[in-house]
Amino acid sequence: MNIRFLLNGESVELRDVDPTVTLLDWLREERGLTGTKEGCNEGDCGACTVMVTDDRSGARALNACILFLPQLNGRAVRTVEGISGPDGALHPVQQAMIDHHGSQCGFCTPGFVVSMAVAHAKGASDYDDALAGNLCRCTGYAPIVRAAEAAASAPVPDWMTEALPAPGGAGVEPGAESGRVFAPETADELAATYARHPEATLIAGATDVGLWVTKDLRELEEVIFLNRCADLAEIEESDSHFRIGAGVSMDRVMQAVAPSLPSYAEMIRRYGSAQVRAAATIGGNIANGSPIGDNPPALIALGATLHLRAGDNRREMPLEEFFLDYGKQDRARGEFVEAVSFPKTAPDFRVYKLSKRFDQDISAVCGAFDVTVSEGSVSAARVAFGGMAGVPKRAAAVEEALIGAEWSEAGIAPALEAFETDFTPMSDMRASADYRLEAARNMLRRYLAETKGQPVSVLEVTA
Amino acid sequence: MSVAKPLPHDAAALHVTGAARYIDDIPLPANTLHLAFGLAPIARGRITALDLGPVRQSPGVALVLEASDLDRPADCSPSAHDEPLLSGHSLRYFGQPVFVVAADSHLNARKAARRAVFKTEKRDAIFTVDEALEGDSRFEEGPRVWEKGDAGEAIDAAPHQVSGEIEIGGQEHFYLEGQAALALPQEGGDMVVHASTQHPTEIQHKVADALGLPMHAVRIETRRMGGGFGGKESQGNALAVACAVVAAKTGRPVKMRYDRDDDMTITGKRHDLRIEYRAGYDAEGRLAGVEFTHLVRCGWAQDLSLPVADRAMLHADNAYFLPTARIDSHRLKTNTQSATAFRGFGGPQGMMGIERVMDQIAHELGLDPLEVRRRNYYAEKPEGAVPPGPAEAQAAKTAGEAAPRPADTQADLASRGAVGNAAPGPAPAPTPGAQTTPYGMAVEDFVLGAMTRRLEESANYAARREAIAAWNAESPHLKRGIALTPVKFGISFTLTHLNQAGALVHVYQDGSLALNHGGTEMGQGLFQKVAQVTAETFGLDARAVKITATDTSKVPNTSATAASSGSDLNGMAARAAAETIRDRMAAFLAERNQAEPGDVRFEGGQVTVGGETLDFAEAAKLCYEGRVSLSSTGYYKTPGLAWDRIKGQGKPFFYFAHGAACSEVVIDTLTGEHRILRTDILHDCGRSLNPAIDMGQIEGGFVQGAGWLTTEELVWDEEGRLRTHAPSTYKIPACSDRPDVFNVALWDEENPAQTIYRSKAVGEPPFMLGMSVFFALSDAVAAAGPNYPALDAPATPERVLAAVRRARG
Repeated sequence: MNIRFLLNGESVELRDVDPTVTLLDWLREERGLTGTKEGCNEGDCGACTVMVTDDRSGARALNACILFLPQLNGRAVRTVEGISGPDGALHPVQQAMIDHHGSQCGFCTPGFVVSMAVAHAKGASDYDDALAGNLCRCTGYAPIVRAAEAAASAPVPDWMTEALPAPGGAGVEPGAESGRVFAPETADELAATYARHPEATLIAGATDVGLWVTKDLRELEEVIFLNRCADLAEIEESDSHFRIGAGVSMDRVMQAVAPSLPSYAEMIRRYGSAQVRAAATIGGNIANGSPIGDNPPALIALGATLHLRAGDNRREMPLEEFFLDYGKQDRARGEFVEAVSFPKTAPDFRVYKLSKRFDQDISAVCGAFDVTVSEGSVSAARVAFGGMAGVPKRAAAVEEALIGAEWSEAGIAPALEAFETDFTPMSDMRASADYRLEAARNMLRRYLAETKGQPVSVLEVTA
Repeated sequence: MSVAKPLPHDAAALHVTGAARYIDDIPLPANTLHLAFGLAPIARGRITALDLGPVRQSPGVALVLEASDLDRPADCSPSAHDEPLLSGHSLRYFGQPVFVVAADSHLNARKAARRAVFKTEKRDAIFTVDEALEGDSRFEEGPRVWEKGDAGEAIDAAPHQVSGEIEIGGQEHFYLEGQAALALPQEGGDMVVHASTQHPTEIQHKVADALGLPMHAVRIETRRMGGGFGGKESQGNALAVACAVVAAKTGRPVKMRYDRDDDMTITGKRHDLRIEYRAGYDAEGRLAGVEFTHLVRCGWAQDLSLPVADRAMLHADNAYFLPTARIDSHRLKTNTQSATAFRGFGGPQGMMGIERVMDQIAHELGLDPLEVRRRNYYAEKPEGAVPPGPAEAQAAKTAGEAAPRPADTQADLASRGAVGNAAPGPAPAPTPGAQTTPYGMAVEDFVLGAMTRRLEESANYAARREAIAAWNAESPHLKRGIALTPVKFGISFTLTHLNQAGALVHVYQDGSLALNHGGTEMGQGLFQKVAQVTAETFGLDARAVKITATDTSKVPNTSATAASSGSDLNGMAARAAAETIRDRMAAFLAERNQAEPGDVRFEGGQVTVGGETLDFAEAAKLCYEGRVSLSSTGYYKTPGLAWDRIKGQGKPFFYFAHGAACSEVVIDTLTGEHRILRTDILHDCGRSLNPAIDMGQIEGGFVQGAGWLTTEELVWDEEGRLRTHAPSTYKIPACSDRPDVFNVALWDEENPAQTIYRSKAVGEPPFMLGMSVFFALSDAVAAAGPNYPALDAPATPERVLAAVRRARG
């Protein structure tokens, strides 16, 4: 496949690119741009952070280690070398990092500088969030945040403005690579292509598939890139529902749901760093069927409907029915997730993410609740968990025990007992089975306490 | 003045623009080969068949070597020569390198390495300290035991006793730059290796040994590391040796860097320990005696485990006077990664034992833990008094002392894993009446009493403690806690002969300077500090000094940059070199101007002599024309040390560095989740060489220490496979994990010991300030119920919730 993008302001055209070469390897090994570092090669440390601009989302920070070259088509990339001006002038965040002693060993620094430059350009000032995807082992972060704060008021240098290129060689490319790389422009094209090549790997943000390549060293035979399908990346809002296209990145989902579903938005904030949220899509997080993905339990508790498409055939189902068993979903050959829809408001909805670290960590348990209480007792309940079974799962027995129960510690006691009916969690490196069960039960108690107005979040306590 | 200025890191401008060059950034010659190891698929047993055919046929592969293919045995151990580069057919841990692949790219080498077909026969592996004790699987013949008085009797006779145990987890270094090396074969069989290492001399020694060359045929260069933390003291040996062996065999340049998962799977980590303890105390909480048993999980090879375990014993007292003590230390051999150096080198683990005892005694007596800690502090250094330190620092200006000739040319003389040949000299006599540590060293520079008072006030400790109790009474699910903990850390290598350093300084005819010394730069700002010292000697701005890569051909026989000693040792050596040149210049210029050398002034970039003022560059030019040697080595050795590690007696440390931290946390008693709300730190750097760099070490060390004790959990499965082998599963602190309120101040009082400009070492000591978070968590958990929580580390949400359950009973 042929692609065209801007690299530090210069147009780059590549022909017949290997679809699974990462931007990081290409920058370092082909272009000699070694400022962008490899720290983990899995999108967790941020040492490879680059700025990518497109017309849909503007400038965002992305992890170059799990970004395939075809994903750049028609976009603009800025590496740390391009954060400085063409004449070598330092960007305000670079100067501030020097002045505030924000670098020690310096290896994570280019990634931080890029994340900071993106935050600076967007006027973002929640640095805990903007920098959650950049790990530093030396400084303890304090001087880096001081530097970001110091640079905030400086104007954005003019060289940071991007003029986007026209994409090169877009669309279905039967000629290239014996027809094994596809980049459809619409959902219809995708449906047709996938119907003809049902064994192809669908690549949206590559936050999961990227690791198949960089860590499992898998060779992907046929790949279909979804990022050019503009109509898969739409958010539709009716009076009562969101319908979110499968290709919508999680940062856009977060923005969309923040006003009406703040608990969901806060979970998304923690689920992945800025870099991961900018790449990962809601469709990918659902379709990969992981038992520990954080969107499914939230969406199941919200009563989401999943929209699937194969060719011109569409069907829909309650999201919980999509997850059949570990590694197995109700998805036919050539069928793909087109969208997910769910209510715009749910005042009683809460989702709790439990992990060893607050930011950018996979949940040990993710619990989501939407319980309606009328006159002191439960009239409706939707409860779902991730991390508690081989699939994201609705807690049927817990819900049943809740319906009609008094909304109190005593009243929920039978529901706490029912967790063992619904779940037999496993032990792994994130948590033991016993802890998962106890924490899941306690999430229901936390939910009760929260509805009674008691403080329950350590994130909201200040010294 | 150059010294004491808060100047930025010398490479800061390179860091922020991406121009700072690490090993993987060095442009490669054509034809370079890339290596990857094939790793053992079981923890213990034998390979019965190994098919490397698919590896050899993999695209881009040039060479595949297993142990039997090596021309001579290649060893990577820094101590007992028990770490063959490649395993042979006997496997000792899951992930042990078995074979090495050389291919035309990093990716092709990695892909090929996974294509081997193993047939193996498992043996019962030893994973836990209990299994190791039961099987008597250990290093050394038995436990090391150090005693001061009869602790057992004193404990029994005390009014109160307490006992228990604490599990203390290990820690992955997670240097952001993984291990890397690049070997460039030279004419005549010589070898140049660029290595990301804290110990170029050790790499030089191991490479020379593997190639059968004298050390002069091997040159190691290290410009910088992307983080070390102890993880690059010995763990880079395998990559450098592998590159050199393949480079020698093929005549081609060879690079190796570990993918992160390989790095975490192969390399050693901080030692995890179980500490069993028993203490006797009075009604005020004053200790009569304490007994510790350290069960140290060392992994499969000895590496640096003996000195690490020694240092854990050496810090079993932390800041507290132990009238009697007994410490038993078992160094247990297990089928896991060979645990290695990590910031603090066992000291942090040793301190956790006594801090746990303090915490538990306070709980038993219903006292504020800070009060119990304070009552057990060592006696304070008398106000204003400088104890009789060792004689004027011996900054010998030429290296030339005869070293004992090694009987064994393989011996790693420059490694902390070495066994010292020199008999310990007599320790200097302590001041009569001075309190002594369990190992018999007088504590005469203790300042934690005053530091604690100041920190208590600035952190408003007492009022906050009351406010927290009131808040907790009203909060059913969330509980807050606070703790103020001290650190007293001994500074020097415990292997006495390592306490030496060399430097090389050139002054060019244009007045610019080049500096080289034996220390390595891993982000700690050592190069900047030593450059400031060097510039200071000439009255120059630090920018006049070009800092050059550490290079074994410029300064030989260096010690690892470790034990917090970098600026103490190399700063002194560089000053000695600079003073030699300055004195030569002064003598020449004095003669030229009919003045006394002692009256020549080097200040503000100028040289004043006999009423004449010259720019330094002009002075350098005159000296060059006057045929004055403008280049000198410098040498330093730390005075007054004497240590017998078997008896556990002597003076292993030049001085102590101190610090104290007060942390407040909040926990959720439903899930065990927790956060640090505020931390106040007061840290003793002596007279800081560079306060900005020292602040960076303190803030960063604290967060790293807090991570060790909270989010950072290593988990192995029942097969001995490390399951937390990437940042997706192993969680170092992220940006939002630092305290919301974070106040750090320096205790700016000169070091009574005669160190470089009376500064103190700062690399490791702040790490242990993280203990304040752990004991604040213990305090918060204790608010949930009547019993002692007996929290284990790392205090993940799961362990905190378990402690809540224990507290509630």
